Amino acid sequence: MKKLFLILAGLTALFLAYATYLALKVAPTDALQGDVYRIIYYHVPSAWTAFLLFFINFIASVQYLARTKALLQKAVQWVVIAIGVIGVIATFLPQVQALLPTGMRPSAVATTVLAIPAFYFLLGWKFPGDRMDMLALTAAEVGVVFCTIVLVTGPIWARPVWGIWWAPGDIRLTSTLVLWLIYVSYLVLRRFSNSAQTQIIAAALAVFGALDVPLVYFSIWFFRTQHPQPVIGGGGSMDPRMLHTLLISWMAFLCFAFLVCWSRFRLELLKREAEQAEAMESLVGAGSTAKASLPLSRSAR
Amino acid sequence: MNSFKFLVAAYVATWLIHTFYIGTLFSRYRRLRQSLRELGKRR
Repeated sequence: MKKLFLILAGLTALFLAYATYLALKVAPTDALQGDVYRIIYYHVPSAWTAFLLFFINFIASVQYLARTKALLQKAVQWVVIAIGVIGVIATFLPQVQALLPTGMRPSAVATTVLAIPAFYFLLGWKFPGDRMDMLALTAAEVGVVFCTIVLVTGPIWARPVWGIWWAPGDIRLTSTLVLWLIYVSYLVLRRFSNSAQTQIIAAALAVFGALDVPLVYFSIWFFRTQHPQPVIGGGGSMDPRMLHTLLISWMAFLCFAFLVCWSRFRLELLKREAEQAEAMESLVGAGSTAKASLPLSRSAR
Repeated sequence: MNSFKFLVAAYVATWLIHTFYIGTLFSRYRRLRQSLRELGKRR
């Protein structure tokens, strides 16, 4: 396992180096913005990766909550199947297509809708029992790291292009900051709460927190915002070399995120192993103390 | 537009954040291994 991880880490490092080479050397310079536009090759893939991780956190949290009761678990499974089937059919109805923002392809919406049952059943199968909660925690933590990068690189791009670091009141920027704050509060809750209900409360918080993800994503379609309009699926156009570089960068960051999640998940496994060992030791310690004090209590009787 | 320094700043900031996070993972991992070893010795 360790050997496989090292091989994948080496390949990912090469992939990231190649993506950076494409971003800095191969992709053409933007006629209006100059070289600073190349920040999108880090900013946009980081945002997409963060969204994906928060989506995984959402699915894992729903699964974890659903597993508390067998009937609830069955009901949620049917709801997820219904979302997939009805969602895909609906996206091809002309009435629903008329509601979609300009430039958004129905096939892209259908794929996104299908991802919900696909992820739900795949994760449910691969992460049994308490591992689902560990996956939710892992995805949230790594998602926050990627979201932090989005919030740092965005203003660095905005300063030379807009002339300001931050546009106060802009819905895309504000909702992204709120999203980051929600998941930071999720991590704070997980870190500092000692209640037996922490995992359930955190899962419920994650389910509500995930509602901000579509708001962030669709804000540039539905609201007037200073943030640039989407060039993929939003009716805009992009030089094929730029698009190629952007997609390669995203693939490279996805591989990197996968490895970081793998490490974080292994760490969580080890942590729970240590907690169990410690609990066992204190239990054994308490047992031997009770045994030692038994003759005393008998003689006292 | 002479904005190359902003581009460099964004790329450096990205890798600094990732390096910092991976560093915290390593230190947490080392601490856990240490406490597991101590637990093993006590047994």
